[in-house]
Amino acid sequence: MLVYVIRRSLQALLVMFVMSILVFVGVYAIGNPIDILINPLADQIEREHAIAALGLDQPLWTQYGKFLAGAMHGDLGRSFVHSTPALGLILQRMPATLELALVAMLIAILLGIPLGLWAGLKPRSIAGRSIMAGSILGFSLPTFWVGLMLIMVFSVMLGWLPSNGRGPTQEVLGVPVSFLSLEGWRHLILPAINLALFKLALLIRLTRSGTREALLQDYVKFARAKGLTNARVIGVHVLRNILIPIVTIIGLEFGSVIAFAIVTESVFAWPGMGKLLIDSINLLDRPVIVAYLLITVFMFIVINLLVDLLYSTLDPRVRLADSKG
Amino acid sequence: MTDAVLSVEGLRTHFLTKAGVIKAVDDVSFGIARGEVLGLVGESGSGKSVTGYSIMGLVDAPGRIVAGRIVYRGEDITALEPEAMRRLRGNRIAMIFQDPMMTLNPVLTIETQMVEAILAHERVPYAAAVARARACLAQVGIASPDARLAAYPHQFSGGMRQRVAIAIALLNVPDVIIADEPTTALDVTIQGQILFEMQKLTRETGAALIWITHDLSVIAGLADRVCVMYAGRIVEQGTTADVLGAPRHPYTRGLLDSVPGQAQEQRRLRNIPGMTPSLLDIGPGCAFRVRCAYATEICAQTPQMTPIGSADHTLRCFYPLAVAGA
Amino acid sequence: MASAAAETPFRRIASDFADSRIAVFGLALLGLIVLMAIAAPLISPQNPYDLAQLDVLDGRLPPGSVSADGATFWLGTDDQGRDMLSAIFYGLRISLSVGVASTVLALALGLGLGLAAAYFGGKVEMLIMRIADIQLSFPAILIALILLAVLGQGMSKIIAALVAVQWAYYARTVRSAALVEKRREYVEAARCLALTPARIVFRHILPNCLPPLIVVATVQVAAAIALEATLSFLGLGLPITEPSLGLLIANGYQYLLSGKYWISFFPGIALLLTIFSINLVADQLRDVINPRLQR
Repeated sequence: MLVYVIRRSLQALLVMFVMSILVFVGVYAIGNPIDILINPLADQIEREHAIAALGLDQPLWTQYGKFLAGAMHGDLGRSFVHSTPALGLILQRMPATLELALVAMLIAILLGIPLGLWAGLKPRSIAGRSIMAGSILGFSLPTFWVGLMLIMVFSVMLGWLPSNGRGPTQEVLGVPVSFLSLEGWRHLILPAINLALFKLALLIRLTRSGTREALLQDYVKFARAKGLTNARVIGVHVLRNILIPIVTIIGLEFGSVIAFAIVTESVFAWPGMGKLLIDSINLLDRPVIVAYLLITVFMFIVINLLVDLLYSTLDPRVRLADSKG
Repeated sequence: MTDAVLSVEGLRTHFLTKAGVIKAVDDVSFGIARGEVLGLVGESGSGKSVTGYSIMGLVDAPGRIVAGRIVYRGEDITALEPEAMRRLRGNRIAMIFQDPMMTLNPVLTIETQMVEAILAHERVPYAAAVARARACLAQVGIASPDARLAAYPHQFSGGMRQRVAIAIALLNVPDVIIADEPTTALDVTIQGQILFEMQKLTRETGAALIWITHDLSVIAGLADRVCVMYAGRIVEQGTTADVLGAPRHPYTRGLLDSVPGQAQEQRRLRNIPGMTPSLLDIGPGCAFRVRCAYATEICAQTPQMTPIGSADHTLRCFYPLAVAGA
Repeated sequence: MASAAAETPFRRIASDFADSRIAVFGLALLGLIVLMAIAAPLISPQNPYDLAQLDVLDGRLPPGSVSADGATFWLGTDDQGRDMLSAIFYGLRISLSVGVASTVLALALGLGLGLAAAYFGGKVEMLIMRIADIQLSFPAILIALILLAVLGQGMSKIIAALVAVQWAYYARTVRSAALVEKRREYVEAARCLALTPARIVFRHILPNCLPPLIVVATVQVAAAIALEATLSFLGLGLPITEPSLGLLIANGYQYLLSGKYWISFFPGIALLLTIFSINLVADQLRDVINPRLQR
């Protein structure tokens, strides 16, 4: 087990390194940020000063070398726009994104698995068919448009909920969270539902197909032959089997939720990392873009690793790979 | 059969599919008494497994029992409410399946899977249920049952798993055990052991055992009575001695002839020409007539089960074979 | 039995497909949408990109209003005075063409790479599949965002980004299907007969990879359209000169809070119906081509 973790970590490090090169080179090939950051009426000397200050006059490899050196110390450069460390900017906005992503994922799980189970148990009933049609609709709806419509209905027409921003925050273990207050929830609920929609549809379909496949398995027939109640056959035998792949997929999809938050944050002006990324792309704030990408890559790698470990603990066939007794 | 603990009368189980009606079980009747071992023999697709499922009430859609009665303790169980049928399953009538790797749930411990079979039918304290499970494991010849209980199915060998499945069937001391090809997936040596265990257990507990198989040699050593099935119907029924010793149906004869035996040294194996018919929209008449050397136009009518020889021996054929040697 | 033998796989798929009324409805809807998109110049009351036809005074009118010269704006107008209905028709055109073009190109690329990986095996396969796997473990939107940030705006660039995001699905699907086929005996036989690799691949392996590919491609067209719309909404997609539905929706964003919903609402409905109908078709297609669950 330890060997496995070490090997995976080394692989991860390699991926990070390669990604950092790709990201750095790619991002630094974008336009010329000087034109955006400096007053176009500034004269040549001021421009040269500014260029030198940001290190943009150096060759690409030198810039990368400096970046890499800094990265080893946890310094991923300074934002061109804000002049503060890029890493700090991102970390500052991360709790907002994570809060949104976690609540969205929770909504998707709490609604998706039961609905999918139902649709899998009674696929030809009206409820089952509506759930399936609904799920297709769910992942056909463009997330950003749904966000707009939610704002239109709940903020503009009904006036119940605010249309943008995050509610007041309190510190929990040093991390600012907004879900502890009602006002915080009023701001959180619309973007969370918006973000959850796609994953909800996905989970419904996944659970449904998993259930249908599980019901065809012999162990279900055997469980029934033992005279177990339907509740137990479904609730224990089927559920335990389908939850294993579903849980791992949920883990893997979490990374995708964080990425998709970019869109939701833009629509609802939610102060998270995603909005920061879009703003940085528009302002050509390269260090922030690079820092965002690297942190995201890192998060994905960690999530993938954790999910792999989780899977091996959940499935007894993998966990106890010793052979016959 | 008057003292039958379970009696199947005119059972028909059909599958209504988009392509047509599959008559998997078409007019099957037999009875089984306490402590008796009945062999249900046939090729794949003969309807023997579906017969077993029908008795258990486990026929999956699009199949259903369309006619007939299954009488257990004087009651027709095909007419039971689902909950009442559930109380019988695994309790008074138990089933053992062919491949225990597929039938035991891979993510639950043996203990869980055994104890739940007890608790589904009786309110006993958990510890008592575990004790009973342990006892049953010992009964089927599994050593160190405590270690086995805590384990998962994939940690066992095939023979061990099947013993566990048998133990589960025995937990609630059923009156009838239906064993659907329980040794087909096992090594021959293990097969022998399991057969021996099953025989011993049925004698000890007095349970009636319906043994479904395609393997005649197993039946020869184990069963008291035999039903030979073909294309969803029983074609010959009687004591093992009668049916296997002096078969009267051409199909049974063909089956016996195709088993390599000592009498056939140095000779070519005989097989029955042709193939088993598709059960889809099968028409009237004897299903075997296409492959039978003795068929005539009369065989286009459906033959009924008629007694032949001793009272116990019945046959579904217009042209019973002459007794060998006569 | 003779009629069953004459039933080609295509006929079987078509008849199984028609079993689901919802799927047939989806197909009909999709057909209608495609027709509307193709015939956009013919059926639009107004050419929304001909500046001469626009009158800013007609801007931000609600649905059903009448313009100065008597024409009805069925779905209202946007801030420039463009008729929303016409803009939607033209927008459909662009959204659909970008979606389909990128899917076709990604399919070709993925097909080629997948077949190469399966056929050559060894290091080639490992390299291609590694890259595909790593790419697939990152969300499409992130990859597309970064590519577009680097490449800039424009139709060809967004198609390139969409292709880059999608090719890995096809490569992976093709490679698995091809691997299964490769192990089959007829490939061994063909090799023994010294058929050229190209012939083996095209005549034998390829046709068997097609069914899963069709399913993936159909789903991916919808995903590509949705992704392009999202990117355009974020301002990184198509430029204003070629407004897809995503951009139309983005235009309406700022007017939402003042109640002028129609500028975002109707293009969104059009986008939704397009994606939805494709998904309905894709869903049934997948069930029909994979008969595993038909019990």
